[in-house]
Amino acid sequence: MSVQPIVNETAKLSAPAAPPDYARLVQGDRVHTSLYVDPTIFAAEMDKIFANTWVWVAHASEIPEPGNFKTAHVGSQPVIVTRGPDGRVHVLLNRCRHRAGSVCEQGHGKASVFVCPYHGWSYDLTGRLRGVPHAGGYDESFDKNDYPLVSLRVEEYAGLIFASLRPDIQPLDAHLGRARKWIDLFMKQGAGFPIKAGGAHRFRFRGNWKIQLENTTDAYHFPIVHRSFLTSLDDETEKVFDVLGQGGWVEDLGNGHSVMVMIPDRVDLEQNLDAPIPERFQALADELAVEHPPEQVRRIVRAVGGSGFNVNIFPNIACSMAFFRVLRPVAVDETEITHMAITMDGGPRAANRARLRLHEHFQGPMGFGSPDDADVWERVQRGAAAGRDLWVMLNRGKERDVSAETGMRAAYQMWTRMMTA
Amino acid sequence: MSGPLLEPAPGITLQEATEFIWLEADLLDTQDYAAWLALWTTAGRYVIPIERTGDDHADRLNVVYDDRPMREARVQRLQSGLSTSANPSARTVRTVSRFRALEARDGAVRLRCAQHLVEYKYERTRTLAADVSYRLVRTGAGGGAGDGARAAGSIALDEKVIRLINSDDALFGMGYLL
Repeated sequence: MSVQPIVNETAKLSAPAAPPDYARLVQGDRVHTSLYVDPTIFAAEMDKIFANTWVWVAHASEIPEPGNFKTAHVGSQPVIVTRGPDGRVHVLLNRCRHRAGSVCEQGHGKASVFVCPYHGWSYDLTGRLRGVPHAGGYDESFDKNDYPLVSLRVEEYAGLIFASLRPDIQPLDAHLGRARKWIDLFMKQGAGFPIKAGGAHRFRFRGNWKIQLENTTDAYHFPIVHRSFLTSLDDETEKVFDVLGQGGWVEDLGNGHSVMVMIPDRVDLEQNLDAPIPERFQALADELAVEHPPEQVRRIVRAVGGSGFNVNIFPNIACSMAFFRVLRPVAVDETEITHMAITMDGGPRAANRARLRLHEHFQGPMGFGSPDDADVWERVQRGAAAGRDLWVMLNRGKERDVSAETGMRAAYQMWTRMMTA
Repeated sequence: MSGPLLEPAPGITLQEATEFIWLEADLLDTQDYAAWLALWTTAGRYVIPIERTGDDHADRLNVVYDDRPMREARVQRLQSGLSTSANPSARTVRTVSRFRALEARDGAVRLRCAQHLVEYKYERTRTLAADVSYRLVRTGAGGGAGDGARAAGSIALDEKVIRLINSDDALFGMGYLL
């Protein structure tokens, strides 16, 4: 991006267009259609938002031991998330410092060294350049210390690992702010066991990343888009998922974060432990009762059902009911979604199986919910090709109404703050 | 994987197994899901794993891990008219070939084959390739399989595992059955 254009004497280059007036494109209760379709806005978002804040890259349990790594993205930039020999987490740009080859193409694994396949430069888990083949071909000023893999800022909260390309970024705690309380509540679904990433569904849709960002706090769509999911449930469970009818609400948590509470009874999974076991979990409860005391059975069964809220952390991660929901912007009209299942590390096998089956029921490319979400999101992108001067409306919402578009307005407020900074 | 080629189970020839699987493919492409459900044994398992290797599907996250009630619920959902991804779904055309019998025992045959599926929706054509393994069993009179199985010569589907070539990469929403 900082490369100077080659000036061609004969073909006169047109002057670069002035950047869009971002503040005018977001007007409190509406956003301009160009936010979904304009590639120049997308490119600016990668710089001004994704390269400029904390971006979620991993859950700590994905890289439990020294040498474990996974690959991820910070905006459009591929990174490797590693656990070094001393247990510290490193987030490194996945690009050889010699001629830019990617040094890792595995989704996850264990390694002590990353080797670029082109000329064999090798790096350790902290990003340090270890080996350069035929180093004698460089002059005496060549110093391996000058060419580590580029390292990002890394901080962790409650097992959520975030990275930032901005060295002077504010501490993660300050960025998360009031969202931390909700993250803490969310992590109670381990029922006393540590939370563990239990595998993930990944899928892409042809649509802008903000369509997914909005959806995380959109209760309004649930009974419409997910009617076929709701009708697949028993009557008791269908009532639990009557998300508009339980007095839920949406709260702006600051910094673009928000929470949507759909099932108030399931805000704190360590309360109401005396409530009767739902019929759909009775078989699980009976199985657990063989090896666990009654209080523990109730706690585990309640946790298996998941939390009753989505906390949306701007810009790319949500703790959503019973799973982690990660978005990755690929292009202005393409987004990759990861739905990471959560299990109890060391918890009862039957309970973890139940959690995996519940996740498969709704999530994934053939779940009873996600394909319908993906379909309507593509319809949004297709529709946004019409009426380029029209606005996307976010004006729904009274106070304490779960279907209010409060969370979306909060996200776009942060979007404007970052894009105009 | 590298063992000698085995004869199909007594009573199920490779030709019969192949015809059964072609019938199944046709039922899926034409979305005759009621007939497809009837191909299965009561205990049959329909699996689309995420990890390409290993058989311990129950303790891992899958795309699909269906017992009979989930298969029936899945079909009901796809045909309910309430799901936008399935109403209409993408159109599909699939070809199944490269059949190889792996094991024949106790009146059952396990075989592996290749599936190429092409889907079309929203002005876009996409392909999905998969290794598919089947366990087919011969059912006697009243053996639990329905009309579809009887039509295919009393063979029933006891296990189908679809290992997509890109199962551990990002996929896309599918409003049909593999």
